[in-house]
Amino acid sequence: MGLRKFLDNIKPNFEEGGKLHCFHSLFDAMETFFYVPNKVTLNGAHVRDAVDMKRNMIYVLIALIPCFLFGTWNIGYQHFLSHGETATLWQNFGYGLLKILPLYIVSYVVGLGIEIIFAQIRKEEVNEGYFVTGFLIPLIMPADVPLWMLALAVAFAVIIGKEVFGGSGMNVVNPALLARAFLFFSYPSQMSGDGIWIAEKADAYSGATPLGTILNGGGVDQLPSVMEMFIGTIPGSVGETSKIAILIGACFLLLTGVASFRIMLSTFVGAAAMGLLFNAIGTTTAMEVPFYYHFLMGGFMFGAVFMATDPVTAAQTNTGKIIYGFLIGAMAVLIRVANPGYPEGMMLAILLLNVFAPLIDYCVVAMNIRNRKKRWAKAEERSTK
Amino acid sequence: MNKNLELITAPLRKTNPVTVLILGICSALAVTAKLKPALVMGLSVTVVVALSNLVISLLRKGIPAKIRIIVQLIVVAALVILVDQVLKAFVYDVSKQLSVYVGLIITNCIVMGRLEAFAMANKPWESFLDGIGNGLGYALILVVVAFFRELFGSGTLLGFQVIPQGLYDFGYVNNGLMILPPMALIIIGVIMWLQKPEEDKK
Repeated sequence: MGLRKFLDNIKPNFEEGGKLHCFHSLFDAMETFFYVPNKVTLNGAHVRDAVDMKRNMIYVLIALIPCFLFGTWNIGYQHFLSHGETATLWQNFGYGLLKILPLYIVSYVVGLGIEIIFAQIRKEEVNEGYFVTGFLIPLIMPADVPLWMLALAVAFAVIIGKEVFGGSGMNVVNPALLARAFLFFSYPSQMSGDGIWIAEKADAYSGATPLGTILNGGGVDQLPSVMEMFIGTIPGSVGETSKIAILIGACFLLLTGVASFRIMLSTFVGAAAMGLLFNAIGTTTAMEVPFYYHFLMGGFMFGAVFMATDPVTAAQTNTGKIIYGFLIGAMAVLIRVANPGYPEGMMLAILLLNVFAPLIDYCVVAMNIRNRKKRWAKAEERSTK
Repeated sequence: MNKNLELITAPLRKTNPVTVLILGICSALAVTAKLKPALVMGLSVTVVVALSNLVISLLRKGIPAKIRIIVQLIVVAALVILVDQVLKAFVYDVSKQLSVYVGLIITNCIVMGRLEAFAMANKPWESFLDGIGNGLGYALILVVVAFFRELFGSGTLLGFQVIPQGLYDFGYVNNGLMILPPMALIIIGVIMWLQKPEEDKK
């Protein structure tokens, strides 16, 4: 309880008129982080539930832990593999940790710093939204991304993607994906191609991701085996490689009810449908890739589980969620197969559908109103007969 | 005299055609990847708006209301062709970079907007000043946007290397997104964002 006492002791300094008032947002954030705040709303009805925003966010963080652990190990594993050395579990893990910790520090310091400054200017509380975004961002980057680029991308995503719209909960597109999209278009040579997916890769080693191989016209026979792609011992962004870790996270999110099963399921159905369509056409090698390979390659599964289900940017109505997920899956495979410029379609597909989500909701609601009017008119007719 | 001065200064900030009236966005996205074309484009539009404002204001009492748009277009088109020929004669390389966008000044919303909103109802001298002011307001935004886009996108200003080689050796890379049109839109948005609170105060 020492911490509580300490916080209570220094609290008066941060209140209106106190000498450290200019840092009250930072204090507020720390207090909320460690303890349930004692603030109550003063008017209006208010539903209290155990699942508040803090808990929701923490559930997502817990669901990401398997991806984080495996990704960290895989950074080391891929590095030593490319140099032809064998390393122990802990060597792999330690190497990965040295690579990924700076990314996390930059992500959180820059992102939370900007959030706190904005909260201060707007006289609002800092909220937990950035904890998940900041945890996701390093997981969707190549491990070797320069830190200043990451800082720039985080600043761009938080300011342009989130704060100009009014902060957490008001953003149109997913800020983590926006950070990645910013880097992807700003610094293509650092964010795409074969050479960047393995940390400090040996020059002779190929290091192409499965999607990169397909993009360059390689057939299925040149890909790693299904089992390898499923377990995740392949090069790629930090968190996306292991499908097992992602599935564990997905189960956790679905069991706790944090993520929508409608979005997840329909995303897979959409990708499968598009994949099967391309299989049926089958004029290029990219089209001939079996549809289930798309689940295993690149960031498809990571995006479907952790990004598409973001409750802020996804569609809100139940029917809308199904349409939204289906279109994400279909667009992702379409971009992967049909577009020679961008090997990874998932990022662009989710960003595109983020923008369309409100429109989908609008149409669903309008349709519902029309159907009910029709039903009402029919019932009216019957009763007059 | 003071009123005349305000015709020039107001469009620079308070009634800026790009950031307040949201006119002429299309060309602001297209020609601002480099500073030099942006400067030339800004000047060309200033000349066209000012002169067409003057001409239309002189003609305003004789133009039948029903065909006024056609008359305005003919005047603007004639001026744009003149500007285009001058650019081709004296700054050929920039003229090539601007390509169709010089011709498209004819359809620039600022030109038509000022003719309709100002020149049709005001005396020639005021109309001329209004044209100068609005053209400069447009040029100002273009130059600001182009400054940031060229500096961070290519590391140069007016074609001269500004960012030192040492920084590149250190790992700095030019930002590719800056060269793409979306970034111009974002920069214009940020300018509006910074400008808005000032307006609200007034």
